[in-house]
Formats: sequence, C-alpha cells, structure tokens
Amino acid sequence: MLVLALFPAVALAATCPRTSLSDVEKEVMCPVCGTPLGLATEAPQAERERELIRRLVEDCRSKEEVKERLVAEFGTEVLALPGDDGFDLAAYIVPALALLLAGGALAAAALGWRRVRGGHTDLTAKAPSAAASERLQSDLDRYDA
Amino acid sequence: MRRSFSPFVIAAVVGVLCVLGLLAYGLLQTGTDDGLDSAVARGERPVAPAFELGRLGGGGRGSLVDYRGKVVVLNFWGSWCKPCRDESPLLERWHRRISDRGATVLGIDALDVTSDALDFVDEFGLTYPMVKDTDEAVGRDYAISGYPETFVVDRRGRIVALKRGPVDDAFMREHVLPLVEGRS
Repeated sequence: MLVLALFPAVALAATCPRTSLSDVEKEVMCPVCGTPLGLATEAPQAERERELIRRLVEDCRSKEEVKERLVAEFGTEVLALPGDDGFDLAAYIVPALALLLAGGALAAAALGWRRVRGGHTDLTAKAPSAAASERLQSDLDRYDA
Repeated sequence: MRRSFSPFVIAAVVGVLCVLGLLAYGLLQTGTDDGLDSAVARGERPVAPAFELGRLGGGGRGSLVDYRGKVVVLNFWGSWCKPCRDESPLLERWHRRISDRGATVLGIDALDVTSDALDFVDEFGLTYPMVKDTDEAVGRDYAISGYPETFVVDRRGRIVALKRGPVDDAFMREHVLPLVEGRS
C-alpha cells in the first residue's frame, strides 16, 4: 500500500525537472529589452521572467508548457522565433527568395552552358566548306615554302 | 538594336531591389511615431486609440468605450518598472479624489507576469480598474517608448495631454483637474 502511495511520487521525481532555466532561456526573449532572455542580465523585467520560468520548471512543466505560459503572459513576441506578420515575415521570405533566385540563376547557367556546348558540337561536327579547305591548304603550302 | 540582359544580371538586380525594399520597409516599421505627441503639442485633441483588453486577473474584458462620458487617466505600467512603483500611490490618491466626479484612472499593465502585477496592486492598495496589455499591442497604438506613460482622455474620448514618464501632482492639477471640473 505504502509502495503504491509512493510510486507516483517516485515516478514524478524521476521525470522532474523536465527542462531547465538555461534551456528555456535560449528560446525566449525579454520583451522589454528586445534581446534574448539569456543576454538580458540586468533588466528587472527579465528577472521577473526568469523567476516565472524557475517556478514553472520546479512545478515540473515541460519546455513547451513553459513557453505556452510565457506566451499567455507576454504574447507571441516572447518567442525567439520571428513572427509571421509585418517585418518579421522577412525572416522567412528572404531565405526563400534567395533560394528561388539561386535556383533560377543555376537553371539559367545550366541552360546557357548546354546551349554553348551544343554549339561547339555543331561546329566540330560540320565539315569545312570547299573554299575554306582550299584557303587552309594554300596557307599551309605557303608556310611550308 | 535590341539589347538582351543575361539572366544573372536580371537576378542580381531583382535581388538587390528586394533587399533595398526590405530595408526601406524595416526602417518605416521601426521608426518612432510621434504623431500623438506632436498633435497634442499643437493644441489638437487626437482621438484616443480604442482598445479592448482582458481585465487584470480575469473577470471579463475592459475597453476605453466603457468609460465614454468620463475623464480617463490612462496609465501604462508594469510591476517590474521602478518609476511605476513611485508613481502608483499618487495615481491612487487622484483616483479617489476624482472617481465620484465622472473621472477615473485606468491602469494598463503591460509585459508583466500576472501574479506579480496582482501582488503590486495589493501592495499599493490600488482600487482603480486595471486591464492587461499582454503583448503591448495597445502600447504600440499609443507609441509607448517606456514605462510609465500617462494619457489624459476627455469625456469625448480625445487625448488632451500626455506624459512620457511618471506623472506628478503638478501634471494632474494642470491637465486632469480642469477636465473634471468642466473648465476645459
């Protein structure tokens, strides 16, 4: 009976804490300072935020649960990931645009290279005209002389 | 004669234009908005941006429209903000002084841990209504640049005066009292 009563506590102790302050700090911002929480050492608001995280960690919350609570308290801007509206969108659009441009440039380069290569093949495959052969022969004869 | 450009040149130009466009957009977005300040300084009374926020600690929602017909002293604060601690007793004193004369202080708690904010309210015995601006969305409408900041809103919902920083008795006497007494 005693073992049964203790079992959940033992199991809980084994899985707790599920995250740490330093783990969460890397992924959230100090909204007032505008910097990642880990870099905000002096700001009083950052200290309050850390204190809340410590409490939640001690309460055996997972990292995602801690982040959810932070979003409820400070809004989505507390997350160290750019938002999906306004200027923050640039964080997603610029790399996508760069990839598209790079892909386009590569495709254009490949097409150009194929065209040039195809042109060279044609030139080598084509037999010289009679006039050209005659001129070449006369030039060679002149050099020999 | 028609001149054709290489795809590389076109891609490079498009890329540079995109980056320049983003930079310009970013500058426009992050620029400080002093529209309210300059309008009030010119003696105009700009309409106070409307909002509806959850009441601090739960209990429904509160909006500026709820106070239409009243003089509202709109105070942006946070429990983590030292000057807010110094200012709160004065705001409470003024709230008690004006609340039965068609006026109120309305606190907007921003970027705060709710339990800390409620402790703050208890500590200073604040009785004026409070709402919570979780992500500073309302703060942005009022171009908040620091805490505390206070806006005096007349009975028609227009901003009469504002203070970027803590208010004092002189500010309240100069800008709030005349509105409450119907002298302005």
